[in-house]
Amino acid sequence: MTDNSPTPQSSSAAETGTDVVARNQGHDIPGLPPHRPRQTDIDPRAAKRAERQVALMFLASALMTVLFVIAFVQIPTTDTWPVPFFNATINASNTALGVTFGLAIFFIGAGAIQWAKKLMPDKEVVQLRHPLKSTQQERDEAAEVFWDGADESGFGQRKIIRRSLLLAMGLFPIPLVVMLRDLAPGPLDLGVLKETLWEEGSRIVTDPLERPVRPADVPIGGVVSAMPANLTEVQHEEGNLNARAKAAIILVRMAPEDIQSQQGEGWDYQGILAFSKICTHVGCPIALYQQRTHHLLCPCHQSTFDLSDSGNVVFGPAARALPQLPITVDEEGFLIARSDFDQPVGPSFWERDR
Amino acid sequence: MSATVNAGKKAATYVDDRFASANFFKRSLGKVFPDHWSFMLGEIALYSFIVILLSGTFLTFWFKPSMVEVIYDGSYAPLKGVEMSEAYASTLDISFDIRGGLLMRQIHHWAALFFVAAISVHLLRVFFTGAFRKPREFNWLIGVGLLTLALVAGFAGYSLPDDLLSGTGLRIAQGIMLSIPLVGTYLSWFVFGGEFPGTDIISRLYAVHILLVPGIILALVTAHLIMVWYQKHTQYPGPGRTNENVVGYRLMPIYMAKAGGFFFAVFGITTLVAGLVTINPIWAYGPYTPDQVTAGSQPDWYIGWLEGALRLMPNVETVIFGFTISWNIFIPAAVVPGLVFTAMALYPWFESWVTGDTKEHHILDRPRNNPTRTGIGVMALTFYILLWIGGGNDLIARFFDVSVNAITWFLRIGIFVLPPIAFVITKRICLSLQRRDREKLLHGRETGQILRLPHGEFIEIHGPISVEERAVLLSKPEVEPLALPPTEDANGVKNKKAGRNRLRSRLSNWFYGDNIPLPTPEELAAADAHLAHEIEQTTPVLDEATALRVGTPGVIADEGVLHDDPKLVAAARDAARTIEAERGENKS
Ligand code: HEM
Ligand code: FES
Repeated sequence: MTDNSPTPQSSSAAETGTDVVARNQGHDIPGLPPHRPRQTDIDPRAAKRAERQVALMFLASALMTVLFVIAFVQIPTTDTWPVPFFNATINASNTALGVTFGLAIFFIGAGAIQWAKKLMPDKEVVQLRHPLKSTQQERDEAAEVFWDGADESGFGQRKIIRRSLLLAMGLFPIPLVVMLRDLAPGPLDLGVLKETLWEEGSRIVTDPLERPVRPADVPIGGVVSAMPANLTEVQHEEGNLNARAKAAIILVRMAPEDIQSQQGEGWDYQGILAFSKICTHVGCPIALYQQRTHHLLCPCHQSTFDLSDSGNVVFGPAARALPQLPITVDEEGFLIARSDFDQPVGPSFWERDR
Repeated sequence: MSATVNAGKKAATYVDDRFASANFFKRSLGKVFPDHWSFMLGEIALYSFIVILLSGTFLTFWFKPSMVEVIYDGSYAPLKGVEMSEAYASTLDISFDIRGGLLMRQIHHWAALFFVAAISVHLLRVFFTGAFRKPREFNWLIGVGLLTLALVAGFAGYSLPDDLLSGTGLRIAQGIMLSIPLVGTYLSWFVFGGEFPGTDIISRLYAVHILLVPGIILALVTAHLIMVWYQKHTQYPGPGRTNENVVGYRLMPIYMAKAGGFFFAVFGITTLVAGLVTINPIWAYGPYTPDQVTAGSQPDWYIGWLEGALRLMPNVETVIFGFTISWNIFIPAAVVPGLVFTAMALYPWFESWVTGDTKEHHILDRPRNNPTRTGIGVMALTFYILLWIGGGNDLIARFFDVSVNAITWFLRIGIFVLPPIAFVITKRICLSLQRRDREKLLHGRETGQILRLPHGEFIEIHGPISVEERAVLLSKPEVEPLALPPTEDANGVKNKKAGRNRLRSRLSNWFYGDNIPLPTPEELAAADAHLAHEIEQTTPVLDEATALRVGTPGVIADEGVLHDDPKLVAAARDAARTIEAERGENKS
């Protein structure tokens, strides 16, 4: 630590007020002006008043703590209170606890600050700084101690020790990194990343009610969130949401003459088109469909896809069209997939096009 | 009382016998710190962090960082029977079944928002006043590290409850990871323990959130404060303040009371806000599922600029040798923030290289006195704010009823055009403020009192400026652009470094070029004499004039200096009547 001891000499010099303390570009910079007493310094009644104020705040804090305990015991967590002027309610317990506890803490702070401002001395004190660098002699001595030690260790001369130590030191963190290997369950499985649950004949069911869909259930202009029929089962089997994160689709229907292009010939079924619901930008589920323009908008960063034109991007940061799922109906007349997507769904990745 | 004093003495002796601590206490308790409101910003950050530690520890007693699916059966009726992760269910329990749990959650979240805000504003204060200059460059570096870690901590915490919003945030983070060339897919595979979302991420983030990042933050904060202590705090220019001293109050008792009190004030206000204002009502969003999203959802404020960068970037993706590179994601989400933080971290070294300044600085700059730095700061701030606006482009579009496309295009162009404009404007404002300071030194303070001289001319009366202001103005540092290096030395040998030094000298001229110098001592002495003369001359006239009421034609007087000499007042009234009579004549 540096020498921070209070230096009474230096403070008294500044107190005289007009002393020149420094020069800048030939100008004298005036010293500290004389201390101006506060009301509480000269009027004992003002000081007394401030004292009472401070004590009152501390007492208010104590009272609030008592109220907090009462509120904690008395108010159930599910009670609500109406908010005046707003047509709303608030959680009674949270409000009561927050206000009492908050004030209990705040008044301690306010009291202490008031105390410091009004009653503790406010005369400024001057302390000197010391240059932060050491003297040349100190530096030389430090260097000498270091080099003496280094020489004694023989680190410089004993080459074989030095090199083998460096080798050992260089290698020893490797296990720490190697052990991170099992953060991942196995080697990177590109197949898994590129496939979804959809396969030939997968029945399309609505999400979340899981009803099979007949073409007639999707009116022109309509939009339906959907998923493969076995999704919930697989999800429970695997105990995770991985399949859901890839298989979610959206069904829309438009007049067949409105369809300008598709990713595959005849991938629609009577104007019903199925697209991945996972945005090709960074993977948000897409939700907002404008039936007049056939545009599908991602709420995350506003990428906009034209579903009547192969799901191509018309605006926003996404770079690729939404993958289209080829569909048809089975013999019972329910919509089914004709295959999996012909490309990975969701955000791009380095190996995506390999 | 004396019993307590005695006990205290005993305790102190006990400690000192073992640690020889008396000297340390003497020095520490008597240590002087300068006082200024802007020095409280760092304090707010520190106190918010303590509040975060306290409230976060509370939350850990009930929060379960698990992604196992459970059926909810708590007090919140709308979600009864819904399948959700244990993390989400336990956060609902904290919110609805643990008394004070909701309060602690909201204290934790509000304190996190205040924490990042306080760090950011503190950083701006340090930047614009040049407090990062030698010898404090490393504390600036630590500060940049703390800001980065605070963002990481906040994002990790936001992701823990596993509600719809936090899961969507994680999905975006995973999409960003995937965009990193070569290693992105692996990174995501390792971080998530396989595919997204997997079942590991919450418990992993939990370790990062409650141990790793707060631990590093705590260590860095400690180092930060030790450096402030050791190198002593900077101070603003003013009377009695020099580069070699510290003027302020002692730790004991003033800062013990003020800073201690301020901690309680910050904690208290955070608690009050948490009691009164809902934050992150996770029960309203529902549990995370990767196939649903809510429209208009927003991340916490400090993520907004990155969100904006993602939204503004045009959709460029390339496939090279069969490998896919998503520039549209990689640039805004990895390259831009990387560059921003690197530039921020290195700025102190850039500035000292450009200016050739190797002195120790303990007196802060007034932002106007370093127009280029201030301009750079405002330029960066403009860039940040534009990105931030971009992060809310859908909200703005709805609010002002304009199209998102229009806003996006405006911002795409604005991000390149507006920051340089902000730089130029800021620099000009700084220079005109410097000019005004110089005027003040040479002509005194404008009193606002206008006087009509007998021959009809109007003059404004000047008064002397206060000692405090004079000290501040006279402390304006001298700046010297680096001279152009000679291309060859005295012996005609070519200077090899000339090219680089030339660039440096140009930059230095750019940095300091338009500085308005202080008046010379001679100029100032002459001006002082002139002002004294002017005051001597105008005082009697003014005394008479101020006796007239404000609003009397020809005289606008400051009522604060009204005289009570009855003779003078009578004379003034007469004069006023005459003037009024004159005016009457003029009208008719
Ligand atoms: C270092 C700075 C920290 C920041 C910026 C931060 C921020 C956050 C945020 C924004 C949340 C989401 C809260 C919500 O609305 O539900 C959160 C959750 C949480 N944090 Fe922190 N936190 C920090 C440190 C800590 C520490 C040190 C602990 C524990 C000792 C902790 C424990 C928790 C727990 C258990 C949760 C999940 C419970 C919940 O969300 O209600 N945090 N954190
Ligand atoms: S995730 Fe859809 S636009 Fe970004």
